[in-house]
Amino acid sequence: MATSSYYVPESSYFPIVASLGLIGMAAGAGGMMNHMSAGGVGYAFPHLVFLVGSLLMAFVLFNWFSKVIVESRAGMYSPQMDRSFRWGMSWFIFSEVMFFAAFFGALLYVRQWAGPWLDGQGDKASTHMLWPSFDYAWPMFNNPAGADLPGPNAVIDPWHIPLLNTVLLMSSSVTVTFAHHALRAMQRGRTIFWLGFTVVLGAIFVYFQIIEYIEAYTELGLTLDSGIYGSTFFMLTGFHGAHVTIGAFILFIMWIRICKGHFTPDQHFGFEAAAWYWHFVDMVWVGLFFFVYIL
Amino acid sequence: MTTATAHHDDHGHHGPAKGIMRWVLTTNHKDIGSMYLWFSFTMLFIGGAMALIIRSELFQPGMQLIEPEFFNQMTTMHGLIMVFGVVMPAFVGLANWMVPLMVGAPDMALPRMNNWSFWILPFAFGMLLLTLFTEAGAPNFGWTFYAPLSTTYAPSSVTFFIFGVHMMGISSIMGAINIVVTILNLRAPGMTLMKMPLFVWTWLITAYLLIAVMPVLAGVVTMMLMDIHFGTSFFDAAGGGDPVLFQHVFWFFGHPEVYIMILPAFGIVSQIIPTFARKPLFGYASMVYATSSIAFLSFIVWAHHMFTVGLPLETELFFMYATMLIAIPTGVKVFNWVSTMFRGSMTFETPMLFALAFVVLFTIGGFSGLMLAIAPADFQYHDTYFVVAHFHYVLVPGALFGIIAGVYYWLPKWTGNYYDEKLGKFHFWMSFIGVNVTFFPMHFIGLAGMPRRIPDYALQFADFNAIATVGAFIFGFSQLVLLYVVIKSIRGGEKATDEVWEGAEGLEWTIPSPAPYHTFAEPPHVK
Repeated sequence: MATSSYYVPESSYFPIVASLGLIGMAAGAGGMMNHMSAGGVGYAFPHLVFLVGSLLMAFVLFNWFSKVIVESRAGMYSPQMDRSFRWGMSWFIFSEVMFFAAFFGALLYVRQWAGPWLDGQGDKASTHMLWPSFDYAWPMFNNPAGADLPGPNAVIDPWHIPLLNTVLLMSSSVTVTFAHHALRAMQRGRTIFWLGFTVVLGAIFVYFQIIEYIEAYTELGLTLDSGIYGSTFFMLTGFHGAHVTIGAFILFIMWIRICKGHFTPDQHFGFEAAAWYWHFVDMVWVGLFFFVYIL
Repeated sequence: MTTATAHHDDHGHHGPAKGIMRWVLTTNHKDIGSMYLWFSFTMLFIGGAMALIIRSELFQPGMQLIEPEFFNQMTTMHGLIMVFGVVMPAFVGLANWMVPLMVGAPDMALPRMNNWSFWILPFAFGMLLLTLFTEAGAPNFGWTFYAPLSTTYAPSSVTFFIFGVHMMGISSIMGAINIVVTILNLRAPGMTLMKMPLFVWTWLITAYLLIAVMPVLAGVVTMMLMDIHFGTSFFDAAGGGDPVLFQHVFWFFGHPEVYIMILPAFGIVSQIIPTFARKPLFGYASMVYATSSIAFLSFIVWAHHMFTVGLPLETELFFMYATMLIAIPTGVKVFNWVSTMFRGSMTFETPMLFALAFVVLFTIGGFSGLMLAIAPADFQYHDTYFVVAHFHYVLVPGALFGIIAGVYYWLPKWTGNYYDEKLGKFHFWMSFIGVNVTFFPMHFIGLAGMPRRIPDYALQFADFNAIATVGAFIFGFSQLVLLYVVIKSIRGGEKATDEVWEGAEGLEWTIPSPAPYHTFAEPPHVK
């Protein structure tokens, strides 16, 4: 319910600069990809557009968040404003869940329906006439097109790096909670320790993901263009890895802010939002571990 | 004027800044709402011009004006612009203007992000429109961009199309989050959920749909991008993927999207009819539940767009029955509108005329939708002009008439002046006649088998096509009347009272006309 002190900021240059940054990144990335797929080599004009767009975006994000931090520390945000931020972050995470849902849905569809149908199962047996020699199996080592589109030789063993990464990320969700408890108890030293520990765990996770990708590309023949297994594997784990990287970066910023003494036991929504995001990334990983690696 | 002046002393700015930078840098929900509406209006004329190019080519059989490749670009761009550039921004603009006024909030919950949501759009559509002038040409695979037309066989502009869709998605998600947070957190004391005006309710549900499905759209275009440039096989059966997967993911977004484009119009009509019938809305609670039911059902009906693609029998049956279920909550709404008017003291100002036309013509579109929902019958109707007639009936006299009704209804509150009622009525009748002359004959040529998205057709379809083209020009050019009416009302006219309409109820009618730059700094108390 509204109170009379809701803060309405004055006019701001952030939105327009952010829009310029975004169009630079979008048009630049589009041009870069078209350049690449047309067989172009080296750098071209779109690379410059993308670079300028990215710099603008980085600039505006830094200043925008700085401004929000300054406003927050100046006490301009009422409890009602705090609730706006909480609702906003919750719905943002929900939108992220739906983004991953699209890729999980694609994986489910391919494994449950498209793959078996290509093998002639179900009541649409004519689909087998496209590639009569295709036998459906998951992981799909042999693609329908056979030798024209070679599949992977092997896939990642879930009980080595992925299991280790599961332990790492699950632990990091616990340690970030330790940090939160310490923050609420006004134990700055312990907060700094546990939050730092969380960021390190996240970084180790990303390191192992990179090792896993190198192994997939150099030893297993598991690549983006090795058929639908590689497509779903890399898109799901890749977007997750990107989110871990972003989440760890946000937590690192929170670590800096805590070192500077920004938060109080009652007012630390920036930290909480980062922790929510981290738990979300963790839950996605549990889904990945089961549906991509094990099953 | 007490609400207008006594506030914002903590950071002291009272009125709008001067010059162009007022609009570029603004954080004011009314400014941003106006920009959304003007952007949408501009895109309406661009998308409308494309429609007239399409209709001109189809005026008679044979190829006369344009190349088939350009025809494909026109159908694609017309659809994309009307969906993402006209209807959605117009609704967001109306929400920006009216939701804070209706719930008694000082502004939107996150005002800077609000302006970012808007300013992304002109850039995204600028990029999309510029592809028309490239060598490869604009996207030509239809607004539904089915793979492999949009992947293997697409022009290189598809990459810019994909990034444009990403930008629109970012804009929509931020806009939707802003609206949800405003409604949930900034309501005035006493404004309980079940006291909210229906426009606010329908927008709350619409925003939820947007947050749920725009990321899925981002997911599907990302899969396309990877297939095109990075060798993945999502939509390529040779690598174990499936082009039908595209249709599933797209329509999982696409069907809720259809309701995103109609639910706010339901809300607008539910505001207007009680005002001009001078009776409270019949069945308020059932309206809320019906809207929620429609939103829920929209997630489990998507494959009715794909009946002919080769689905298993059980799937066809499930989606057929689930789709038919939608008729129940929709029927509840139509009956409630009719019951609201029953024995009311009705007058027929322009907003009411558009709202009445909405009820009648949207119901026609709803019935043809029910016909299309019948899977065995859809095997005949699929991809014919019957489908074109159906969705244009729900989108033009549905969504667009809803928007126009809302514009006439709230225009005196925005500008402080009544619009020219004679011209408004003239605009209504030209639009009403134009829209029916354009789209009603399409039912017949569709049932007779004329396929959609084809620049030429068999001779027996000639008469109805000629009629449709005449109607399209009547409808298109009568929108210039609306432009004139809006400008005239901004520049002057009979002064509007605070209440504007005799029977109008709600917080937005308690503030002065025109609405002051800042409203409800001190929240009103709702009894």
